[in-house]
Amino acid sequence: MLISLLAVIALGCVAWFGTSAGFQFAFGIIIPVLALAVFIFGFCLRMMGWSRSPVPFNIATTGGQTRSLDWVRPNRLDSPYSKIATIGRMTLEILAFRSLFRNSSTQIKDGRMVQWSAPWLWIAALAFHYTFLLVFLRHFRFFIEPVPFFLTWGEALDGLMQVGAVRFLMTDGVIVAAILFLLGRRILLPRIRYISLPSDYFPLFLLLGVTLSGICMRYFDKTDISSVKVLIMNVVGFNWGQPIPEGISSMFYLHLFFVSVLLMYFPFSKLMHMGGVFLSPTRNLPANSRAVRHINPWNPPKKYRTYAEYEDEFREAMAEAGLPLEKEPENAAG
Amino acid sequence: MLKDLIKDFIDEMKPKLINDRMFIMGGLGAFVVLFTSPFWLNFLFSLFTGDDVYERPKIALPTEYKECVSTRDYMRAEHMQLLDTWRDMAVREGKREYVDANGNKWDINLQNTCMSCHANKPDFCDTCHTSNSVDPYCWDCHVEPKGNQQ
Repeated sequence: MLISLLAVIALGCVAWFGTSAGFQFAFGIIIPVLALAVFIFGFCLRMMGWSRSPVPFNIATTGGQTRSLDWVRPNRLDSPYSKIATIGRMTLEILAFRSLFRNSSTQIKDGRMVQWSAPWLWIAALAFHYTFLLVFLRHFRFFIEPVPFFLTWGEALDGLMQVGAVRFLMTDGVIVAAILFLLGRRILLPRIRYISLPSDYFPLFLLLGVTLSGICMRYFDKTDISSVKVLIMNVVGFNWGQPIPEGISSMFYLHLFFVSVLLMYFPFSKLMHMGGVFLSPTRNLPANSRAVRHINPWNPPKKYRTYAEYEDEFREAMAEAGLPLEKEPENAAG
Repeated sequence: MLKDLIKDFIDEMKPKLINDRMFIMGGLGAFVVLFTSPFWLNFLFSLFTGDDVYERPKIALPTEYKECVSTRDYMRAEHMQLLDTWRDMAVREGKREYVDANGNKWDINLQNTCMSCHANKPDFCDTCHTSNSVDPYCWDCHVEPKGNQQ
């Protein structure tokens, strides 16, 4: 845990002092673009690698009654039999994290082991992922001109409470609370803490760094977002030779560098569950293993050797040994 | 003849096409298109508008006044903070006087102080706000000044 925290702090220092020392071009253009390239190529490579791995067995897990006799009511969602039901199960898995809802806590009750739900984990995970999505989409206003209307609407809805000027956005509060919950869970629960590795803490600290530096830049140590938009539009418009606008604070570069590190770290980390969730064979296969034979589509074509071929090869020797043959040597020549 | 060729080709390709990899590749394609969208969307827009380089929105500065309540850089980044503070001072605490860093005294009043110089809302406030998708709620209560248009 300490290692991850120190790593993130060190990265922050690198960005802060780097841009204070005048490496704006590196931290503003080169590193983010490289990070995006690493992210996209790395992500694709990982996914292609997984797409090549065989699925030798149907290992769909069931959470309900499988389709059976006509008078037994099947649970279509938890034991999907058809393709459509499987798609429904996957959709809910991806949008609602159904499998995180159950069997995530193990307790002993009255001397028996009981698998039950850890609903707060599920709620925090949902809150984190959805607010992250909204925050991510909201940033699109710096990447496009003109800004599409639904982004403005979304932000108006997010800041519905009209607290402060630079309106307080609810997602900003929720995302920090959710990350702190996910982090606190790893630090405070002894059993979770025991199985937590630096690769569990690092993304959490990094995300905390990203969100806190963004929040700091929005509400406290503000930077001139018009200049920021000029910089970003130069990058996405491939006008990298344009001068870097003045007056962008180091806090912005810190934020950008954290995001760049997150992007570069992504393909090599457990964050790949973003793409991997689609490839979970326990979820994306229909639970019809009793009715349909599962054949690994990547199996090599089978080589058969018939008895006739075998006899053709050893006919002479078999005839010498006096073994019974289907074709005698004198008939086989023709 | 041609029909047979096409039929052979389809038979040949069928096991390769109808395969989960097709879906994975399709999903990856969508992923790449979405995550690179700022690049190609801006390229498409530039084809229509002809503007290659995005420029900072031009705002209409007052001609007869040179001094604001604070420096340019501070106002660019923090003007909303100042307005918020002024709102609290005027409406909640009843203080109507603001002394800036140079000792100048200003009357705390959005319409009569700020907007007396920056009277042109569409060209002063809105250009940057629109470009950066900022939607302040000043004008829910305050009257929009219409002046300085001539």
